[in-house]
Amino acid sequence: MDFLTIIQLLDSTVRLATPLLLACLAGLFSERAGIFDIGLEGKMLMAAFFSAAVAAVTGNVWLGLLAGIGSSLLLAALHGVASITFRGNQLISGVAINFLAAGMTVLIAQDWFQQGGRTPSLIGGGRFTPFDLPFAESLSGVPVLGPVYSELLSGHSILVYIAFLAVPATWWVLFRTRFGLRLRAVGENPAAVDTAGVSVVGLRYAAVLICGLLCGIAGAYLATALQAGFVKDMTAGRGFIALAALIFAKWRPWHAMGACLLFGLLQAIALRFQNIELGGITIPVQAMDALPYVLTVVILAGFVGKAIPPRAGGEPYVKER
Amino acid sequence: MDKMPKWADVVLIPLISLLLAAILSALVILGIGEDPVAAVKLMVDGALGSTYGWGYTLYYATNFMFTGLAVAIAAHAGLFNIGGEGQAMLGGLGVALVCLLIPWPHWTLALVFAALGAGLFGAAWAAIPAYLQAKRGSHIVITTIMFNFIAAAVLNYVLVNLLRPEGSMDPATERFPEAVHLPSLHELLAPIGIEFSKSAPANVSLLVAVGACLFVWLLIWRTPLGFEIRSLGKSEPGARYAGISSVRTIMIAMLISGALAGMMAVNNVMGEAERLVLNATEGAGFIGIAVALMGRNHPFGVFLAAILFGFLYQGGAELALWTSIPRELIVVIQALVILFTGALDNMVRMPLERIFLAMRKGQN
Repeated sequence: MDFLTIIQLLDSTVRLATPLLLACLAGLFSERAGIFDIGLEGKMLMAAFFSAAVAAVTGNVWLGLLAGIGSSLLLAALHGVASITFRGNQLISGVAINFLAAGMTVLIAQDWFQQGGRTPSLIGGGRFTPFDLPFAESLSGVPVLGPVYSELLSGHSILVYIAFLAVPATWWVLFRTRFGLRLRAVGENPAAVDTAGVSVVGLRYAAVLICGLLCGIAGAYLATALQAGFVKDMTAGRGFIALAALIFAKWRPWHAMGACLLFGLLQAIALRFQNIELGGITIPVQAMDALPYVLTVVILAGFVGKAIPPRAGGEPYVKER
Repeated sequence: MDKMPKWADVVLIPLISLLLAAILSALVILGIGEDPVAAVKLMVDGALGSTYGWGYTLYYATNFMFTGLAVAIAAHAGLFNIGGEGQAMLGGLGVALVCLLIPWPHWTLALVFAALGAGLFGAAWAAIPAYLQAKRGSHIVITTIMFNFIAAAVLNYVLVNLLRPEGSMDPATERFPEAVHLPSLHELLAPIGIEFSKSAPANVSLLVAVGACLFVWLLIWRTPLGFEIRSLGKSEPGARYAGISSVRTIMIAMLISGALAGMMAVNNVMGEAERLVLNATEGAGFIGIAVALMGRNHPFGVFLAAILFGFLYQGGAELALWTSIPRELIVVIQALVILFTGALDNMVRMPLERIFLAMRKGQN
């Protein structure tokens, strides 16, 4: 494997890790506030469709992004109503949201575009174009660091940079602001937060909506930057890989970035090579597909340090009377 | 004293939830410019209007009975087994191995051992998440989701690299031998003079599924083990205080759950396709969640809900065939049923409880 192949591989790792990272951070906000969310997949899918659909109709990718975020927020609000207001089962609500998105996207796509559940391919202003970092062109001649800068770091869509900037932002919000402290507290001990006179319901809705916002960006990235348009079930389990990454990272932002890059690398390898020869043993491509999930189960089993979720996760909060 | 009479809890709430889901589905159909009344008519006609339609409805219902029971029995133990899909996939592998490796003299014998194989593989696939939940406290929902994806990868590998006949491009096993062909409802009913469509896939595994419903009912309400499972589901500390081992009960409940999900393969792999193909389960494992919620985790409820979903599935296929409504309408209906009967249960329950309380006060 030569240097350029490695650069290309890492470049595609960054692209593939971006939707995972956005969805993972989305889950982080929600779960840190005590709301389990296995509906990341559905929210991403819905956002992917609406961003592509609106971008295709208007030719403006920014309007598409807004529409994607809006649709994802709507599903997030539904999750909030079911799991916060009506104290329903958060896992079941997530399952319902995934199916709702899987069905509605195809139904609406068929109704609007009659192309078998997909949107028309996006062209021109309907897609996010690569965003060149300053001096990328002139520095590309520098050995080693030149290609790293101009090929690997530069030339992604703006959403990639937003995703990676969201990591320090998430860390800062969660661990350096009053809102973040309260949000984490509400996921560990909502009764204490309530006693302090802070609204548990308000905090949890805020967390769920931030989750919707980030999932919306993730979905829009999938359909308008990574690919050019929406196709049926295009998230392909990414919401669940993000969930796996979240557990793998033990609900911490920087570790989430590491986990998403790792899982992104696995996807990039599986995409580029089919079966890998490694010293006489052939690693089948299916092993690469399964590895994120296997790793997560191993982490969950507590063999490599224990993954302890936020303590009040999954439990509706009932105020004492 | 309960806030509501039992019939309201068992019948009224599911019916109202179903009604809400139906109203929203009708709005969705209106939204895409179709006529809901005509759609329902077409569905009823296509799914229940002929023995051919019934044959498909009952075939789908058989799948959903197995997966619904799998979710239901885990739910009685307080566990949410979302891994029915993966367990059913592995069950298919079990059936394929039993049918391909051993030359069976007669289908009856093959059916028994295929069901055992399917149950064994399904239970094995549930065993690791169960163990991790029981012993190490890893959340079973997450582990079973992960195992669904791992199962898909395993099956993909086995079909592409190991079980695919030489020279075939299709990732599927070869056809099962003629001897293990399960009689369809046509073949079963013809001797007693009932005419049933020849080309419909419903087969003898329907009876196995009904038997499984009975078995689960007996197990849950008529055996000490069922009592232990229900106690654990109601209150873990309570069960522990009564001397019930939570590790043992979780393991047993999940093994039975996995076995039931796996046994679905007797219907779809052995009864219908007669070979193992990729994605043989077609999401039936997830529909089990909707079926169990709708059926209130009671085997009889699961039986009825499975037939309802079988009807929706076959009706949806007919809709896709004759109108421009895609099959995904069923996925939307399924989502709405899960949403209203599961997640938004309290939205229906809270006002009803208030009404019943008010009525009781009025009487006193």
